[in-house]
Order: sequence, then structure tokens, then C-alpha cells
Amino acid sequence: MTYAIQADGLEKRFGETQALAGVSLTAPPGTVLGVLGPNGAGKTTMTRILATLIEPTGGNAQVGGFDVVKEAHKVRQLIGLTGQYAGVDEMLTGTENLVLIGRLLGMSRRASKARAAELLDRFQLSDAAERAAKTYSGGMRRRLDLAASLVGRPQILFLDEPTTGLDPRSRNGLWDIVRGLTGDGVTVLLTTQYLEEADQLADDIVVIDRGQIIAHGTSDVLKSQVGGQVLEVRPVDAADASTVAKIVGELADTVPELADDLVSAPITDPGLMPAVVRRLDEAGVAIGEMSLRKSSLDEVFFALTGHHTEDLDAEAGELAESASKEGASA
Amino acid sequence: MSTATFAPQDLAKRVAPGTALRNTATLAWRNLVQIKHNPMELLDLSIQPIMFVLLFAYVFGPAMSGSVDAYLPVVIPGIIAQNALFAGMSTGFGLNTDITKGVFDRFRSLPIARSAPLAGRIIADTAKQAWSMMILLVVGFIIGFRIETNVLAMFAAFALLLAFAVLFSWTSVYIAMKVNEPEKVQIFGFVVIFPLSFMSTAFIPNTDGIPSGLAFVMDNSPVTHLVEAMRGLLVGGPVFEHAVTALIWGIGFSLIFAPLSLRAFKKRA
Repeated sequence: MTYAIQADGLEKRFGETQALAGVSLTAPPGTVLGVLGPNGAGKTTMTRILATLIEPTGGNAQVGGFDVVKEAHKVRQLIGLTGQYAGVDEMLTGTENLVLIGRLLGMSRRASKARAAELLDRFQLSDAAERAAKTYSGGMRRRLDLAASLVGRPQILFLDEPTTGLDPRSRNGLWDIVRGLTGDGVTVLLTTQYLEEADQLADDIVVIDRGQIIAHGTSDVLKSQVGGQVLEVRPVDAADASTVAKIVGELADTVPELADDLVSAPITDPGLMPAVVRRLDEAGVAIGEMSLRKSSLDEVFFALTGHHTEDLDAEAGELAESASKEGASA
Repeated sequence: MSTATFAPQDLAKRVAPGTALRNTATLAWRNLVQIKHNPMELLDLSIQPIMFVLLFAYVFGPAMSGSVDAYLPVVIPGIIAQNALFAGMSTGFGLNTDITKGVFDRFRSLPIARSAPLAGRIIADTAKQAWSMMILLVVGFIIGFRIETNVLAMFAAFALLLAFAVLFSWTSVYIAMKVNEPEKVQIFGFVVIFPLSFMSTAFIPNTDGIPSGLAFVMDNSPVTHLVEAMRGLLVGGPVFEHAVTALIWGIGFSLIFAPLSLRAFKKRA
């Protein structure tokens, strides 16, 4: 068996709504598969099928080599799940939450307590161990939720939008934890709306939109698929920015973006750089900073779907219904 | 392609019966240990019944039965029954909280018995019910209520009440599956349980003088049968027919609402 997670033509229909319309994906052991898509794209539905919470209406999937429908109980012995909504009991303390999971997994009282203490320490929750989870901050709650999914040392971990709604500091903290996990050989399926998150954590990314996979590859491959590289130039003297924009625009045959004193323009020919340097030199512009970078995942998403990820807020009304359906089931 | 592969793993095919029982016990513990962090819940389980007993006995007693003492054998079994109906709603409330907070999903992703989360909750709620009934009997005793039968009949009263409560709690489980926030379970509880418990003989000796249509409904209410059976078991009087009728009603409720709950659950999942 080569793949830790393998889905083949997964479909799921809720009444009139086709939440998944034939999703196929694979994740080799020990890798992070990022599933990137906007709200209502079908990410949660897919995660719930793979985590044996709901059954697909079409297609099939194996997790750890076992069928998620016919061998659900075996799959459950291998996986950990951290949902979109922190699935911890708010009335219980951090320790009690983890001990509860340990006991349910058949660990002795003593072993459960030891494991709970170890995880709380690892996720910097020791100080709050004896406090009810309802007193935790958002970031602490997510960490506790993640800790709960790790009690049984799962080989395969599903993280459904683990950082949605977190502040940047908590988000970075959670990213470090996820990186640490893959170091332990855990296979991770991570869904996210954040392009940066997929870029930071995932070995492999699938982009999902309206229940279908619309792109697949490493973040580098995805970026190059869309063909884009971006040239960025910042002059030493901000007053020269308009001159820079004019020169870059002429050479790249486009209208560059000007943000403060940073000029950026999409280019297709990396050979353009020497020419830009020469022209700027001739014009007497001192270059403070110049770089050629690959397009961001946001730019990739735009190229693939025709809408920016930010644009999705405008579509919120249309998507709210399907999102609330997913929400109600989460 | 990765060279790492999954070794074929020797895993259990299903939950062993002993494991299922242990899972249920663990989850029952979880529902009871919550009380430690939310003492209000214990007050809810204790203070409210006490208040009801005192208010009904001393405010309504003289008017209803001529004296407080004469009213106690009427009202104590009645309040015990009404309290059981209300407490049954807490099963749905807790279940809905678990579902909306994602706790239920966490449980269902674990290799535990499928029935354990619900069974654990029902067992914990039954324990809370028993606690409430005990409080009511103790408070009743302090103000002059006496069990006129025997210890065996008293235990039978406990058993009947808990059995009816478990069967009836399927209605609240069903509501929990249908609504999207726990507060709605509570609202439903008040809208349905209040009239249901008052349109019975829970707080009155009989239905004499009540308009005939309403009296008919009240005489045949499952709550009336439960209350009359409790009275019979605690202070004497006919038991068998009332107890059987109450249980048949309870079984009827569960036969309708258990499958509906399962279907609603599958749909919402």
C-alpha cells in the first residue's frame, strides 16, 4: 500500500446540493496534503467522509489501506480528527478532556493522565491544565483540540481548517506544531482557506472549488502551471518609483502595480531582468531592492477559478446556504 | 513516489462487547464530572424541585385539599413526575450542545461503540433523575410527607419513574437532532412539558369540576397515569393499570421518536 489516504471519485449529495462531485486524491505516508478552497467548496464534507463520520453517495476512499465505509472501525483506530469547530468539552478541564479520550481509547487511568500531561506540556497548556476549557482563549482551545486528536498517537491526522479565526501569533504557533508532527512521520490532511497556510505546510496541494478538484501539485508546480513570475523593484529614493514603473512597464509590456515605492509586474521571460537593470542604470535610478518571485497562491487561485479568494466575501450570500449546511453537520 | 509504505496492520474489526460497556461508563462519567465545574447544574437539580415542593405545598395546599398535610400525598408524587419530564429535556439539551460544539464528531471519529455517546448520556441523566427524586422525597419527609407503603414499593416507584423518563427522553433526543442550537431544545421543553405536566392530575387530587373535554384529555394523559402509579406506589392506591398504561405510552413515544431521531441524525450528518 503506497498511500496513507486515497480517494477515488468521491461524491456526496445532500438533498439538492451536490457537495462533492467526484473528488480523487492521494497522500503518501508522512506527507502533508493541503486541500485549499473557499467556504462551501466541499472541504469539510470530504474530511468528514475520510474520517468515517458520513458515508459518500458515490466513489470510495481508503485511509491507511482500509475502506472508510466497510472498515470504518479499523480506520478509526488509525486517525485523529480536529474539526473546524473545536471539539472539546467546555465544561471539563484540559486534563479531563484528554484523559477522557485516553480512557475511551482503552488506556489505563494512569497512562491517560501521563499522556494528558505530556500533551498539555507540549502544547503549552500546562498552566491551564486544571481550568475548564470554556475559560480558554481561541488559540488555546484549538491547541487543546489538536492535543485531543493526538492522544491515541494517530498515524493519519485530519485537520479541518485548524487556524480559521485565529490571530497571526496563534496561527504561527499551530503551524510549528503541525511541522513537528510530520517530523514524527504522521500523514496530515489539512484543509484551509488560507493560501499562505497551504504554501507553508503542505508538500502537495489540491485546489477544490464547488465540490471538484480544479488543480493539483506542489505549491511550486501550481505556481509555474499558471506560468507566472513576478518582478519586484524598489528604488532607493521613493521619488524614482514612477520612473521605475514606466521602465518596467515598457519592458514587460504591462501596467505595473505601484504600492508605496514597490513596483511589481507579472512577467513571463526571466531574461528581462538584465534589461531592466541596464535601463534603470541609464536613467540614473539607484536600485534598493530587486527580486524575481513566483506568483503567490492567491494569484494562482485567481488564474484557476477566475475569482480572487478575497472576492468570496461578496459571494457570501450565495455560499452561506451551503456553508451553513456544512456548519450544521460539523 | 514515496518509498515509505503502510505495513498491513492487524486491527480489531469491531468493538468488543466489554469495550462497549467501558466506553459507555467512561462517557457517563464525563457527563457527571461536568457537575463539578458547573455547580449551578446541581442547584438546578436540587433547588428547583425543593422550591416547587415548598411553594405548591404551602400556597396551594390549603385551597386544594383543606390543609398542607392533606395535600402532600397528592403533590409530592406529582412534582416527582413533572420534574422527571423536565429533566428528560436535559438529555436533548446536552446532546445538542455536543453536536453543535463538535464534541459528538470527536467521539464518532474514535474507535468506540457507536451507541456509547448516547447511552452514556442517558445513564448519567438517569443518575441525575434519581438524585432529584431522592431530594424531593427527603424534602417532602421534612415537611410531613410519609411513604405509606413499603421500601419495595418505593424502589418500584424509582424504577417506574426512571424507565418512563428514559423512554420519554427520546422526544428530546429527536428535538436535539432537529434544531441547531441547544436553547431551542429548552424552549421546546417549556412549550410542551409545561402544558403536558399541568394538564394531568399532578397537582390536583382529581379532575372533578373541570370541563368535560379537558377532563377527558387529562384523565387519559400519560402524565396522569404516571402520577397515579407513583401515588399508588408511595402512599397507596391502584398501581398496576396506571403503571402499565404509563409504560405503554412511554414505549409508544420511544417507538416513534427513536427511529425518527436516528433518521434525523443520519440526515444531519
